[in-house]
Amino acid sequence: MGEANLAPTSAAGVGARAPETPTAEARPLRVALAGVPNCGKTALFNALTGARQKVANYAGVTVERKEGVATAPNGRKLATLDLPGTYSLRARSPDEAITRDAVLGRLAGEAAPDVIVCVADATSLRVALRLALELKAAGRPMVLALNMIDIATRQGLEIDVEGLSHDLGVPIVATVATRRRGIDVLLTAVEAAAATSPAEPTWREPSGAELRALHREAERLIKSHVKPPKRPDTWTGRLDSVLLHPVGGLVVLFALLFVMFQAVFLAANPLNDVITAGFNWLAAGIGALLPDGLVKSFVCDALISGVGSVLVFLPQILVLFLFIILLEDVGYMAKAAFLMDKIMGGAGLHGRAFIPLLSSHACAIPGIMATRVIDQKRDRLTTILVAPLTTCSARIPVYTLIISAFVPDHKLFGWISEQGLVMLGLYAAGIVSALTVAFVIRKVFWRGASEPFLMELPAYKLPDPLNVARLVWQRGEIFLRRAGTIILSMMVIVWALAKIPLPPAGAKGPAIGYSFAGMLGHALQPLLAPIGFNWQMSVALIPGMAAREVAVGALGTVYAVGGGDDSTGVLGHALATHWSLASALAFLAWYVFAPQCASTLGVVKRETNSWKWPAIMFGYMVTLAYIAAFITYRTAVGLGAG
Amino acid sequence: MRRLSEFDLQSGGEPAVEAGAAPLSSGRKGFSGVIVAVQAVRQAGGTAGGLDGAEIERRLIEMGFVEDAPVEIVHEGLIGRDPIAIRLADRTVALRRREARAVLVRPKGALLAAE
Repeated sequence: MGEANLAPTSAAGVGARAPETPTAEARPLRVALAGVPNCGKTALFNALTGARQKVANYAGVTVERKEGVATAPNGRKLATLDLPGTYSLRARSPDEAITRDAVLGRLAGEAAPDVIVCVADATSLRVALRLALELKAAGRPMVLALNMIDIATRQGLEIDVEGLSHDLGVPIVATVATRRRGIDVLLTAVEAAAATSPAEPTWREPSGAELRALHREAERLIKSHVKPPKRPDTWTGRLDSVLLHPVGGLVVLFALLFVMFQAVFLAANPLNDVITAGFNWLAAGIGALLPDGLVKSFVCDALISGVGSVLVFLPQILVLFLFIILLEDVGYMAKAAFLMDKIMGGAGLHGRAFIPLLSSHACAIPGIMATRVIDQKRDRLTTILVAPLTTCSARIPVYTLIISAFVPDHKLFGWISEQGLVMLGLYAAGIVSALTVAFVIRKVFWRGASEPFLMELPAYKLPDPLNVARLVWQRGEIFLRRAGTIILSMMVIVWALAKIPLPPAGAKGPAIGYSFAGMLGHALQPLLAPIGFNWQMSVALIPGMAAREVAVGALGTVYAVGGGDDSTGVLGHALATHWSLASALAFLAWYVFAPQCASTLGVVKRETNSWKWPAIMFGYMVTLAYIAAFITYRTAVGLGAG
Repeated sequence: MRRLSEFDLQSGGEPAVEAGAAPLSSGRKGFSGVIVAVQAVRQAGGTAGGLDGAEIERRLIEMGFVEDAPVEIVHEGLIGRDPIAIRLADRTVALRRREARAVLVRPKGALLAAE
C-alpha cells in the first residue's frame, strides 16, 4: 500500500527504464578515468572500485592496465579503467599514448569508453581544465570529478560548481576520494552522462598556438568561476624550505634512505628467515615420506625450495614498496627526484632512478620493480639494465667466502681490516660500474633520447593508509603471480641441469660432475681457462644461476665438503688449497658483473614484457664479467699471484 | 604588452628579446616576475641529447608556462644551482635550466643575475 503512494514519479521512472534493463545488465558501462599526475586519480579509482581490481598489461606494451568494477547506487556495474596520468593528449611517452588512444577509441582490442571521468585537483585547476577542454574534443560523454574538494574548502577556495559546469558544458561532481565522499553522486552522474550520445571526435594534435588558446580558455573559466584561496597552503612551502634546501634537503633525503635501507634489511630479514626455515622444515617433512631418488629430489630441491626462493623475496618487496608508495602518496617522491636529478644526471640517469638503484643493493628484484616510478621508457630501461650491477645481498656470502679464504686477516694501521677494505672495494666496483654502464648507454647508444626533467612538485598531504596498503599489496601480488611463475620455472630448469642425468652406479667424484651442469661446466672450461677458472669453478656457475649465494653450496658440492652454513670455514680451507690467489680474485671480479641470478632475468622479462631485455642484460653482463675476470687474472698472474 | 599571436608565429629563428626580458634560466632563487614569451629555442650543439625546440615549447605550455603567468624561483639544486623549482600560479614545477632557456621573463624586482 505504501508503495502505491509513491506511484507517479517512481513508477514512471521504472516504466521508462524497464525495457533497457536487460541490455544494461548484459553490458556494464565502460568508464575511463583520466587526469593530470597527482590529481588523486588512483585514489578515486580505488574509492570507486574497492578491492575488485585487475592489473595487467596493455597488449604489446609494458604499460600497466588497471581495471576495476564500480557499482552505481542502482546496482548497475561500471567497468572502470584507470588511465595513465597525463597533462595532454599529445602523447609524450608510451603511457600517455595509451591514455590518448583509449579516450579516442583507437586502442587495439579495447572499445572506446562510454564515459570519460576527468579527474581534477580542485586546488590546482588550471592544468586540469586545459586537459578537460582537450578531452572534450574526444567526443565521448564526460563528467568532471572535482577531487580533493575538502582541501580546497579548507584553503577557502570558492568554486562556483554550477556556473563552471554550465560554462564548460560538462557535469561536475565534487569528490573526496580518500574519504569516499561524493562517490555515489559521481556514479549516478556517470550513468546519466552515458545516456547522452557521443559526438565525432574532433581532437587532433594541438600546435603551440592552440595550446595557448586552450590555456586562455581555462584561465577565463577560472577567472569567472573560482575565487582564489583565502588561506593558501603554507605548510608545503615551510616544509620545502627544509626538504628542498640544497644541502639540508640532501641530508634529510639520505637520512630517509638510510632508514629505508635499514628497514629493508632489518624488517625483511627475520621474515626471510622464517620463510626459509618454514620451507626447509616442509622439505624435510615431505622428504621423509618419500623414498630417496630423483622424485624426492625434485619435490624437495626443485619444487619446495623453488617456491621458497620466490617467497623469500616477498618481505623485501613489501617493505620497500611500503616506503616508496608512502613517499609517493605524501608527495615527497618528486622532491627526492628534484634533489638527485643533477647527481644522477651526470651518469645520464633520471633523478628518480636513485631509489631503484639504491634498493638494488638489497636485491635487484624489488629495485627493478621500483623503476616504475620512472615515467620515460628509455630512462627506465637504462635503470633496469644497470640495477643488477650494484652489490646485492646475495653476493655477500660469495664475497665473504672468497675474502675470508684468500685475504689475510690483517689490520692496516692497527684498525682498518684488509678484508673489510676488499669488501668495500667490491661495493664501490658495483656502484661505479652501474653508473658507467648507464653513462655509456645514454651517451653512446641512446644519445638522442634524453628527456627533459620537467615535473610538478606536488603539495604535501597526509597519506591515505588504505590506499597505501592496497597499492603495496598489489605490488606483492603482481610479483607472486607474474614474476613468481617465471622464477619458479627457472629454478626447476636449474635443478634439472644439476641433477640429470644421474651418475652411473659406482661412479666416483661428486654426482654433479655427471649432470648436464657438469657437462656444460666441462664444455665451458676451455672458454673459462683464460680467466683462471678450473672445472670445479665452471661447474659451480651453473647451479649458481639459481641465485648467487647458491654458488657457495655448489662449490661445497663439487669439492665434496658438504653443504650447510657451518661449512664455510672448511670450504674456505679447501678453496685456499685448490685455487690460486689469481683465480680467486678473478672469481670475485666475475661475481661483480656476472648475471648469476635467474630470478633477476625473470623479473626483467616481466617488467619489460619481452625476452629481448633480459637477453641483452645477460649478454652485456657476461661480457663485462669475462673482461673483468680476464684482466684481474692476468694482472694477478703477472704480479706473481698465479 | 605583446600580443600572444606574435609568439605563435615564431617557428624557427630567435625572436628579438624584449627590453628588460631575460631567459628564466639565468634567474636566481628569489627571482619573481612574469612570463613574456615561451619560445622554441635552438638547443646548443644541435638537438643531440635533447628534444627539438618546438616540442619543448609545447611541453612547457602544457606544464603551465604561458605568457602572462607569474613565476617565482623558489628552490635551486645543489650542483650548478640546477634544477630549479618554479612557483607558477597555483602550482610548483621543477625543470632544468637547460629547458628554462625557452622561457623569457620580465622581473618584478631587479633580481635577475647579470651572469
